[in-house]
Amino acid sequence: MDLAQDVQLEMFRAMLLSRRLDERAWVLHRQGKIAFHISGIGHEAAQVGAVFAIRRGYDWVSPYYRDLAILLAVGMTPAEFVMGMMGKRGDPTSGGRQMPSHWSLKRANVISHSAPVATQSPHATGIGLAIKLRGDDRVVLTTVGEGATSQGEWYEAVNFAAVLQVPVVFVVQNNMYAISETPDMQMAIKSVAEKACGLGVPGISVDGTDVFAVYRACQEAVDRARQGGGPSLIEARTYRMTPHSSDDDDRTYRSREEVEEHKKSDPVLVAKRQLEERAILTEKAYAEMDAQIKAEVEEAVRQAEQAPYPEAEEALHPVYAEEIRLAEASHA
Amino acid sequence: MPEMTLIEAIRQGMDEELERDKDVFIIGEDVGKRGGVFRATMGLFEKYGPQRVIDSPLAELGIVGTGIGAALYGMRPICEIQFADFIYPAFNQIVNEAAKMCYRSNGDWTVPMTIRAPYGGGIGGGLYHSQSVEASFTHIPGLKVVVPSNPRDAKGLLKSAVRDPNPVLYFEPKKGYRLIKGEVPEGEYTVPIGPAQVSRPGKDLSVFAYGMMHYYTLQAAEKVAAEGIDAEVVDLRTLYPVDRETILASVRKTGKALIVHEDNLTGGYGAEVAATIAEWGFQDLDAPVRRLAAPDVPGVPFSHPMQDWFMPNPDKIAAAIRDLASF
Repeated sequence: MDLAQDVQLEMFRAMLLSRRLDERAWVLHRQGKIAFHISGIGHEAAQVGAVFAIRRGYDWVSPYYRDLAILLAVGMTPAEFVMGMMGKRGDPTSGGRQMPSHWSLKRANVISHSAPVATQSPHATGIGLAIKLRGDDRVVLTTVGEGATSQGEWYEAVNFAAVLQVPVVFVVQNNMYAISETPDMQMAIKSVAEKACGLGVPGISVDGTDVFAVYRACQEAVDRARQGGGPSLIEARTYRMTPHSSDDDDRTYRSREEVEEHKKSDPVLVAKRQLEERAILTEKAYAEMDAQIKAEVEEAVRQAEQAPYPEAEEALHPVYAEEIRLAEASHA
Repeated sequence: MPEMTLIEAIRQGMDEELERDKDVFIIGEDVGKRGGVFRATMGLFEKYGPQRVIDSPLAELGIVGTGIGAALYGMRPICEIQFADFIYPAFNQIVNEAAKMCYRSNGDWTVPMTIRAPYGGGIGGGLYHSQSVEASFTHIPGLKVVVPSNPRDAKGLLKSAVRDPNPVLYFEPKKGYRLIKGEVPEGEYTVPIGPAQVSRPGKDLSVFAYGMMHYYTLQAAEKVAAEGIDAEVVDLRTLYPVDRETILASVRKTGKALIVHEDNLTGGYGAEVAATIAEWGFQDLDAPVRRLAAPDVPGVPFSHPMQDWFMPNPDKIAAAIRDLASF
């Protein structure tokens, strides 16, 4: 492993923070303190592996709704996340306009996305085109689930990127479920990576529960993109360990035994074992890290609960760019 | 002032914006070497190169979605949709993405993008090369919708669209590309997005139109003028946001209103103008508000007799003016 030990630990901590915050969101939902949660549990390795391969805060990200770990890794604070969950004014994605986990973080070059899947994929291609036209050396990381690769928007995005040879890394987090639908209901091929052949881009499928395997695959793709080698497609195979969202009941379409079986390859546990085997992490250090993270999460919840809601009239703006100052004035 | 055709004015507007701002680029089907199927971008590929005038794959969603991404990065894309009829594959990107970006990100992200599309019938284009699609977009907060009717406005509005910090749909009356000629000021100027314009002052009734129908309405107004009817013609120019003040001021003056468009009647843009007058100008009215529009059939038929039946024209508009004037 060519990654420095402190970077490996930082990656693990990013995964664990995302996990603990995500778990806390489910508790907040059960407590009736938030109305909705869409989870990234089981995706932490795919996300942290991908986002650590880019220059965070310099490169651009066009994410999808499960990307909590990516957002935290580029600098969204836990309190900001919880404010988004609660529809508080301090929600940095939308000031409480969007449903939770519909990301945007301008200061970290994370663009805003919507709910219909793969709509953000062409935006990644366009950002890549702009980077190329300006002669910048940035790359774009964009993510979707495997279900979104059924969308025409996703195909058009990858095809445009391939034809225009722009610096975009398309990461598909294949978690085996699009709500209730399994991959065989989405595609007549075994791996999303096979789609790369028909689009003329390098495609690779990696174990998405292994953060370092994802990192290596993404690093190669990011380097290629930055050097003018064009886009790549990376499938990170993982498992959605929770229902689709807090409004879903996954017992209607999959067995408890299946879910329990996949918990053995929980990406957080896989990474913990890897670091222990490499003598980078001890049980004691893990316990300390976990306690610190849990305290951080509780502090974030406390801050978010105390934060104000937007005033109803703030909903009037900003429809047009000319109104942005009006919106800011009403915040003041 | 030099006289030029509508399409020459549009081309000159793009040329000057490409020259002025290196962040401006054109992307669309056949816009490069071919210079566009209507020749709107003729010569621009040769002048600015393949980096600024980009032939895209044949996919409208991809054109608009790529444009949005580039705009988020700070570029000023001009996306060409070859025919307005083909804009619907990109509908989701326009309505759910471009239009909502500023609002949904609380102003963090904006989409300074122009989407050009030739619209309208009367050119033997059948159902899928003739549509007027404006009403599908004048319902969408976050968009601006512009339809020029003459070369001067076409150039000035195009330049304003490119410089606007929001997504602007710019619909070009393609039947008028070479038919409509007019003087265009020399040197730098813009026409602001927003205000409608009284293009022919009159006192007997107001006719509201835009694009090709505005051109026909001016002809109709001349016909009825010879019969002693003094029609005021208002070129709406910007359909969204709506210039309610200019509409209401004209009705206040004349007391009668006719709206003309070549989109079909029901739910068309005329309904919004009529509602505006009914809601805020009711006390000024001396007659019911009238609409002259295409019939409620799914599209413009190809065969000439049927196409002519579908399309409003100067004679039909003149008849509608006479009818309203006699109320």
